Amino acid sequence: MLLTFDTATPRVTAALHDGERVVASADADVAMRHGEQLAPLIEKVLADAGADRFDVTAVGVGVGPGPFTGLRVGLVTARTLGHVLQVPVYGVCTLDVLAAQAVGTGEVAEPFLVATDARRKEVYLASYDAEGNRVEGPVVVKPAAAATDALVVGEGADLYPEHFARTAGPRRPSAAWMAVAITEELVGLLDPEPLYLRRPDAEAPGARKPVS
Amino acid sequence: MGRVSRDEPLVLGIETSCDETGVGIVRGHTLLADAVASSVDEHARFGGVVPEVASRAHLEAMVPTIERACETAGIDLRDVDAISVTNGPGLAGALLVGVAAAKALALGLGKPLYGVNHLASHVAVDQLEHGALPEPCIAMLVSGGHSSLLRVTDVTGVGDGTPEGAGVVPMGATIDDAAGEAFDKVARVLGLPFPGGPHIDRAAREGDQVAIDFPRGLTSRRDLERHRFDYSFSGLKTAVARWVEARERSGEPVPVADVAASFQEAVCDVLVRKALDAASSEGIEDLLIGGGVAANSRLRFLAEERAAKLGIRVRVPRPGLCTDNGAMVAALGAEMVARGRTPSSLDLPADSSLPVTDVLAG
Ligand SMILES: [Zn+2]
Repeated sequence: MLLTFDTATPRVTAALHDGERVVASADADVAMRHGEQLAPLIEKVLADAGADRFDVTAVGVGVGPGPFTGLRVGLVTARTLGHVLQVPVYGVCTLDVLAAQAVGTGEVAEPFLVATDARRKEVYLASYDAEGNRVEGPVVVKPAAAATDALVVGEGADLYPEHFARTAGPRRPSAAWMAVAITEELVGLLDPEPLYLRRPDAEAPGARKPVS
Repeated sequence: MGRVSRDEPLVLGIETSCDETGVGIVRGHTLLADAVASSVDEHARFGGVVPEVASRAHLEAMVPTIERACETAGIDLRDVDAISVTNGPGLAGALLVGVAAAKALALGLGKPLYGVNHLASHVAVDQLEHGALPEPCIAMLVSGGHSSLLRVTDVTGVGDGTPEGAGVVPMGATIDDAAGEAFDKVARVLGLPFPGGPHIDRAAREGDQVAIDFPRGLTSRRDLERHRFDYSFSGLKTAVARWVEARERSGEPVPVADVAASFQEAVCDVLVRKALDAASSEGIEDLLIGGGVAANSRLRFLAEERAAKLGIRVRVPRPGLCTDNGAMVAALGAEMVARGRTPSSLDLPADSSLPVTDVLAG
């Protein structure tokens, strides 16, 4: 079975797919609590499906882009589980998961963008064709610089209605859709490496300041 | 859940509270592996640890370090009886990487998880070197992040239920800089590399520790009334900087060795004085020193010399076990198993300001 999860947005989402269909999924939408919620959610989807850890044959994880601290919770969990269970770990761009859902449900049937909250008054953004194939991005940008009349999927659009007037489709990613997208090859697979898109905030200290 | 050996539990411990990714494996009191990946070189040019840089490095190092530890220990991951992990105090984002990895291990192996306090782990690590801990003991933990005096009656934190009777009780702590931080800052003033501790120690060997009379923080009679077991290194650090600047202004060369030796003497004098006072005041005959600064040669020497006169025994783990590492977390985890403590739940949080009295997460 394919176990999927994503921690690149305020939502923590986990799902289990048996090759035919999604057999269990669970979401938690309490921001800033990714580290507390992910492991219990994984436990829950396994239990809900009547499965145990030995039934997991592959792991899929959202590699962002997304706020770093939460993003790493998903990635380190995926890599470590993959190592312990000796199963492959597939990375998926989180924005691609939103795109796959938007197209897959029929909510969007024209070229569109996906935007999620990058904090610091910026959004993570990527553009897609009408079939949900990524055309450009992902990038991190100021909403004003990306203002558009195109349809925008994802919560990033809701935060800046002045720049993203037309919105549609899912707001936050779903691990259930990630599982479907991986199984049905709707998304490209990546290494489980985080898409940070920003350098760490770090400044070398200046010259020593005198104390007297 | 498999049967857990209470006598000699095989425990894997993960430590990511600062810039070292540590994975240790112990069997009871026996150290089997202590794998550490450090991002210290990436921080050196910033003169201190950059949290985001440390967190990114933890993610990259985690699985390789787990693999390396298992290889060194010659064990199969599936054989471990329990997983333990530092859940605080420390850098929030860094802690979270280790906690998430530990949960994934516990989940993937079906083994119990123990979220443990970083400071108590610094105490527990000594049993890997010197056998069962003396309890009660006074523990002095000194590093770049902490300077604390603790009274330890039960390193797993179980006391008699009262705040005063908790297993690990803080007696004193720094009111400003950590001891190791003072070493780093003074090293910078003297043009020595980061981290400052080892470089000051080396420079001081060529110097005279009574050349300059630097202040001893919180040792005046008035300060002792309120801060008998507390430390302060900020005033000392400023005094050193002033002294060096005055030298530079007058165009005279700075006697680096003498400044290093005199500064180091001021730090070690106060550390040892207060630790021994704590032990004497509690009628406790064992002093345990841990944390990165415990590697300082002058600190070890002064502590042993003065403690001997008071009939107090001093235990200092070897330097490699004093700095942050996974073995110390595994050691405390093994003690949790051996003493039958209740494992933590999978939703345990990382807590950057975890108080020392909270030794085991619920
Ligand atoms: Zn430490």
